[in-house]
Amino acid sequence: MQALSIQNLTKTYDQDVQALRGINLDVAEGDFFALLGPNGAGKSTAIGIISSLVNKTSGSVQVFEHDLDKEPERIKASIGLVPQEFNFNSFDTVLNIVTNIAGYNGIGMRESRRRAEHYLTRLDLWEKRNTAARALSGGMKRRLMIARALVHEPRLLILDEPTAGVDIEIRRSMWEYLSSINSEEGITIMLTTHYLEEAEALCKNVAIIDHGDIIERGAVSELLSRSMQETFVLDIQDALHELPQVQPFLIRTCKDPLQIEVEVPKGHKINDLFDGLSSLGIAVNSMRNKSNRLEEFFVRLVNQSGGREELDTSVLQGTPAENGKNNTAT
Amino acid sequence: MNYWQVQWVAYLTLVRKEVRRFMRIWVQTITPPAVNAVLYMIIFGGLIGTRIREVDGFAYMDYLVPGIIMMGIITNSYGNVVSSFFGSKLQKYVEELLVSPVSNFTILAGYVTGGVARGVTVGLVVTAVSFLFTSLKPEYPVLMVLIAILTSIMFSLGGFINAVFAQTFDECSIVPNFVLTPLTYLGGIFYSISMLPPLAQKLSLFNPVLYMINGFRFSILGVSDIPLWQSFAVIGIFIAILFTVALTLLNRGTGIKA
Ligand SMILES: Nc1ncnc2c1ncn2[C@@H]1O[C@H](COP(=O)(O)OP(=O)(O)OP(=O)(O)O)[C@@H](O)[C@H]1O
Ligand SMILES: [Mg+2]
Repeated sequence: MQALSIQNLTKTYDQDVQALRGINLDVAEGDFFALLGPNGAGKSTAIGIISSLVNKTSGSVQVFEHDLDKEPERIKASIGLVPQEFNFNSFDTVLNIVTNIAGYNGIGMRESRRRAEHYLTRLDLWEKRNTAARALSGGMKRRLMIARALVHEPRLLILDEPTAGVDIEIRRSMWEYLSSINSEEGITIMLTTHYLEEAEALCKNVAIIDHGDIIERGAVSELLSRSMQETFVLDIQDALHELPQVQPFLIRTCKDPLQIEVEVPKGHKINDLFDGLSSLGIAVNSMRNKSNRLEEFFVRLVNQSGGREELDTSVLQGTPAENGKNNTAT
Repeated sequence: MNYWQVQWVAYLTLVRKEVRRFMRIWVQTITPPAVNAVLYMIIFGGLIGTRIREVDGFAYMDYLVPGIIMMGIITNSYGNVVSSFFGSKLQKYVEELLVSPVSNFTILAGYVTGGVARGVTVGLVVTAVSFLFTSLKPEYPVLMVLIAILTSIMFSLGGFINAVFAQTFDECSIVPNFVLTPLTYLGGIFYSISMLPPLAQKLSLFNPVLYMINGFRFSILGVSDIPLWQSFAVIGIFIAILFTVALTLLNRGTGIKA
């Protein structure tokens, strides 16, 4: 079954801002799905429509095969939303914020409290239950919104940048928690994030949205295998006087004179790079990926789609376009 | 759980939240109307009122009481809903309701009940205070409660509509200051319209608040400038109109959905 199915969804805000230009999207039940895209791409707008916060302009949305126009209440009951911006009453206590949502979902007081205790404990906030939300740290507020989104036990959990402003340790434990509710309880998860390593670590499938269009979608592993190249940063023994040339690799200087950056096109062996560098007498001490692989793919894709009209899909399909103009690796 | 069970629990949750809100800030919400009532009773009833002869056969102090209670009910039911709903828009927690399976009718009912709870609570407090100064016994207590509740419903709906359109705190106080207060003061709290010149009497009949205050006065004193059925008709018509407008706005998502 599809947890979420979207057809030709458009949204035009006042002042003619076209936030979505007819997107199609399917998320299977049980998936862990990432919706990626630069600022202003339309991610929150899409999430807003799915969760009844934003009125759509046209198109249709089904959640677990129920239509948003026909059975909004049913859909709302099956979705848990962690929005991008804090949207709780900051004067209310942590416990009240969670039990209120349970109440709005028709869950009686005693059961609401039991569930609130369960989820707040799970998210390490039970000690803070009587604290007013405004007195929580940023990361605690994010976790509060996760507990609040889970209290009615939704089948689809949607998280809009859940880890923004969350420290590394807690981010890792959030990842672990989300993975566990996805794999053990079968909750379908859709999230947006600007941390691409997060999407790579957690998600099975992704869609990339830019300027209100979905420009790429697929399994994370498949997208990565489509990447045209990888960029590495090499620590070298001695500073260089001139930039070495080793075909077919593109070598660039870095700020640090003891580092160089190398683009390795797909299908070429790194061995060849090292052989070339050795023959020029350049000693390499260590090497790392410049950025996470999905991130690299993403940045390239979004840069290319910058001029929307010129978008050449052959680039996205992994076949280098003849026309260099649309294929400039920037 | 069936649909109506969910709505019922959601309604109770909303009402609990609303009552908790105004009780938590009771210094701001409950005491000012009580203090006002004391001042009105002392100044108008005690100091000035002694120089006024009876109105409709009642000492001026007694004549004042229903209007002063009603004033508390009107401003507080309106004010409760306008500030609570506007606050939930401003801090965005109105979204908690929008993403939950709560129907728009339930949302409206919850906020209005909150406003009625505040209106009636203030009404009781002001009644208690006023009765310290007088030895009145309400003529028709059930009628008194009924009119108090209906009036609170009407002004809660008004406050809700105001909050839907308000973008700033200022816009929450324009109507109370420039519409409600004048209408209340000119609605016969302090006088019987029979004391006015004929033109002013006619104009007063266009003031809806006149009907509530007189209906309420009838329930306490047994006298009124207006037949009781007219009071009920006016309140009923206003509730019907305001309710329809409020629910339509909610269904459209005006002011709360992009
Ligand atoms: N309420 C609104 N009124 C008018 N325009 C809006 C509104 N909300 C969003 N927009 C516009 O719609 C476009 C998409 O915004 P959206 O918030 O969906 O982007 P996003 O992908 O979530 O970005 P981010 O990564 O910054 O959160 C932007 O151009 C934005 O300015
Ligand atoms: Mg966003």
